[in-house]
Amino acid sequence: MRRLSEFLIGLIFGLGLMISGMTNPSKVKGFLDIAGNWDPSLAFVMGGAVIVSLAAFRLAAKRRESLFGRVIMLNDTKPIDVKLIAGSVIFGIGWGLSGFCPGPAIVSLGNGEWKAAIFVAAMAGGMVLAGYVTRSSKG
Amino acid sequence: MVIDWIDFTPLESLLGGLLVGLAAALFMIFHGRIMGVSGIFGGMLHPLKGDFFWRAAFLLGLMVAPIVAHLAGSISAPKIDGSVFQLVTAGLLVGFGTALGSGCTSGHGVCGIARLSPRSLLATVLFVTSGMVTVWAARSFGFGG
Repeated sequence: MRRLSEFLIGLIFGLGLMISGMTNPSKVKGFLDIAGNWDPSLAFVMGGAVIVSLAAFRLAAKRRESLFGRVIMLNDTKPIDVKLIAGSVIFGIGWGLSGFCPGPAIVSLGNGEWKAAIFVAAMAGGMVLAGYVTRSSKG
Repeated sequence: MVIDWIDFTPLESLLGGLLVGLAAALFMIFHGRIMGVSGIFGGMLHPLKGDFFWRAAFLLGLMVAPIVAHLAGSISAPKIDGSVFQLVTAGLLVGFGTALGSGCTSGHGVCGIARLSPRSLLATVLFVTSGMVTVWAARSFGFGG
């Protein structure tokens, strides 16, 4: 039951990304091209998504547990730090270069796109690398 | 700045955004979790016991979306341009950056802003700005796809 719901939520999310244009790298680059020929469409994606989730999160904040009995956590657990700042800037560079962020890249795997598979494999590599870097800086 | 009216799709993008928001809302209401793709995907790379299949189910749902759309006969697959070198470079940066910064467009950009998190708001401003500078630089200096 839970696995089915996670699958269906992923499916709704994926269809939303496709309909919105987020899975089209050239459209994403068009949104990021504010200095040139700017396509503001993707601001509507974020706007629509935030309105719905904001309302739902306000309802969820009044409950202690989710419908499947997990504790609901809606507050920041970490402070603003160098990792957040550097990581977000680095992510933006990769996003601007390719027009892909993680969600749409994984959706594109379902299209059988070999280029998406290369991107996702490299993304996994980058994540593993980040794990080594943060662990070695701690110790 | 010139507005690209030809490619402007406010209705489709808003509708898609509402579905993304619905997914984030359902994920929180049913599972009590933030729907952040980089975190859900990244957690599969070093799986803990009992922490694998929910991630796999969600990611499978994402991958099945184009198949459902294809069966409905509506959306064709967008073209992915860029060389293998560019995709590997970009993929490494996206993976490294989202892991270091604990989130991407969904976790920080949608869910984080919706829960009014100062961390996520800052992260979103930074990655959108850095993406915009990158697209500008790629055109100005002739790299990128």
